[in-house]
Amino acid sequence: MASLDIQGVTKSFGATRVLHGIDLAIHDGEMVVIVGASGCGKSTLLRIVAGLETSTSGAVLIDKVDVTPLEPADRDIAMVFQTYALYPHMTVFDNMAYGLKIRRVPKPEIRRRVQEAADLLSIGQLLDRKPRQLSGGQRQRVAMGRAIVREPKLFLFDEPLSNLDAKLRVQMRAEIRSLQKRLAVTSLFVTHDQVEAMTLGDRLVVMNEGRAAQIGTPMEVWSRPADTYVASFIGSPAMNMLPATLAEGGAAARLADGTVWRFTDGARPGGEGRAVILGIRPEHLMPDAAGLAVTIDLAEPLGSETVVHGRLRDGTALTARLPGGIPQEPLILAPDLAALHVFDAADGKRLDPA
Amino acid sequence: MRKKVIFRGAALPYLLLLPQMAVTLVFFFWPAGMAVWQSAQREDAFGLSTEFVWFENFSDLFHDPIYLNAAWNTVIFSTSVAALALGAALFLAVQADKQIRGSGLYKTLLIWPYAVAPALAAVLWLFIFHPSIGLVGRAFAAIGVDWDYRVNGGQAMAMVIIAAAWKQVSYNFIFFLAGLQSIPASVLEAAAIDGARPMRRFWTVVFPLLSPTAFFLLVVNLVYAFFDTFGVIHALTRGGPGNATETLIYKVYVDGVQNLNFGSSAAQSVVLMIIVIGLTAIQFRYIERRVHY
Repeated sequence: MASLDIQGVTKSFGATRVLHGIDLAIHDGEMVVIVGASGCGKSTLLRIVAGLETSTSGAVLIDKVDVTPLEPADRDIAMVFQTYALYPHMTVFDNMAYGLKIRRVPKPEIRRRVQEAADLLSIGQLLDRKPRQLSGGQRQRVAMGRAIVREPKLFLFDEPLSNLDAKLRVQMRAEIRSLQKRLAVTSLFVTHDQVEAMTLGDRLVVMNEGRAAQIGTPMEVWSRPADTYVASFIGSPAMNMLPATLAEGGAAARLADGTVWRFTDGARPGGEGRAVILGIRPEHLMPDAAGLAVTIDLAEPLGSETVVHGRLRDGTALTARLPGGIPQEPLILAPDLAALHVFDAADGKRLDPA
Repeated sequence: MRKKVIFRGAALPYLLLLPQMAVTLVFFFWPAGMAVWQSAQREDAFGLSTEFVWFENFSDLFHDPIYLNAAWNTVIFSTSVAALALGAALFLAVQADKQIRGSGLYKTLLIWPYAVAPALAAVLWLFIFHPSIGLVGRAFAAIGVDWDYRVNGGQAMAMVIIAAAWKQVSYNFIFFLAGLQSIPASVLEAAAIDGARPMRRFWTVVFPLLSPTAFFLLVVNLVYAFFDTFGVIHALTRGGPGNATETLIYKVYVDGVQNLNFGSSAAQSVVLMIIVIGLTAIQFRYIERRVHY
């Protein structure tokens, strides 16, 4: 088990810069999830850590040892691929034993470790099968098993759940998490799915266009998003963004239609008239006679609650998660002012009370 | 999925099959039948009388040391050509599959030899290996090697093997390259992370995944070496010196066309026909069972 330090890693493909200096320190036994839309550079970062890509500048340290110039083979890591990347011509046993055979582990020891990992993942009865005889979920387990038997310093996961169906994905997600906790292996997990990120990670790295937009625990990222990108990316349905200007010397915000909402946690800097964006999560909107009138475009009943997609009078889209069934028009909604997020309209950064 | 076409009546489908059937009958079944018929006959030197001798031509054949020598030559020649052509093609395909500048150009150049006619290829090799005007021939002379394929049987055999293999490398190269490109990059990356060095990766992952392609090519190469190398041998050595490079297919030509011994030549053709049927059967059996990973 080991720590992982990523120091100022950048990557360019020709003239295109895909990573603009990533710094990240992962503690021993911690699981960090890198989440972001496709093309944000998250897989590239993982591949740099694995040694499958070389960084343009910066360093990768495993257990405080600089591994930047080392081949993947010498880094003592294991990786689970999106396509599982099992060796098609080998049995499940040979797939899992391959790395151990190369490291010249004695045969009885190999058998013991493979059996142990197989039992842990309940694939013990599949050891003689070839990968093509397995279902997607079973292949996924074999790929996990291949990583576990090696007992590496670091686990890398490259979107390992995205080829599974929804139900299996939820199940494997829980299994990976409990397994990782049990084995206490330092892990780096890449995904584009924010639910996966929230549930799996001790900490999240939200990436946007080659930069780490925010690094923090899932709850930190959810409750105090660093900018509008993180705010709209994390949370489902996505956060509502309403343009506004500061009023009352920064202690309140005035919406386009003149409605004034007072901040409950103090004044924002910048003074009267500063353009801001107000973020309200759909679950923090509730019916209130003193609120904003909403015309309903679409209501999605989910049983215990209903997701309402609507529009304000000036056409701004607004989504709300309301308890109960489909609400009646006219719908008047107001936010929980304590849960209001304020961002600078110019650069999208979070504005906290001065 | 293949679309099933349904014809009304039986006339049209038979009509559509007719040209192919006619070609097969006229150019395959009829000559093959003639060969089988002739292989059981013996004709005198002037073609005046013909005698039906049952299997005497065959039994003579298998007791003829020259024929057995040709059979042995064929074994040496075919296995060497197949081994050389497969080995060289695999090596080149692995190199061309790497991410290198101008790999497209290399690939194109490597495919070219296939478009060269056998006789032209032979002349090319003649210019390379000729003891007095050839590039390699003179180089051998310069370093004191007694090189003359016109008198040394072993050297002649080596030369026809190289020339014949060279022609087949392109074909094998295309298949190996396609095979290599169908191996997912992530599988190789997984092996790299598992600790396998490039050589080990090749022998434990790449090569086993290529083995279906390699087996297919082995049969194709053997068939090529058995039957399609007449042109190369004819242009380079004419089966000589002595009978050193005389293979079975070349002997059919020598006995039938030059020596006008139709009975024996026909018997030899029948033997070759049986071999090609055997190889084709192996091929078909294999294709049906082909392992899909």
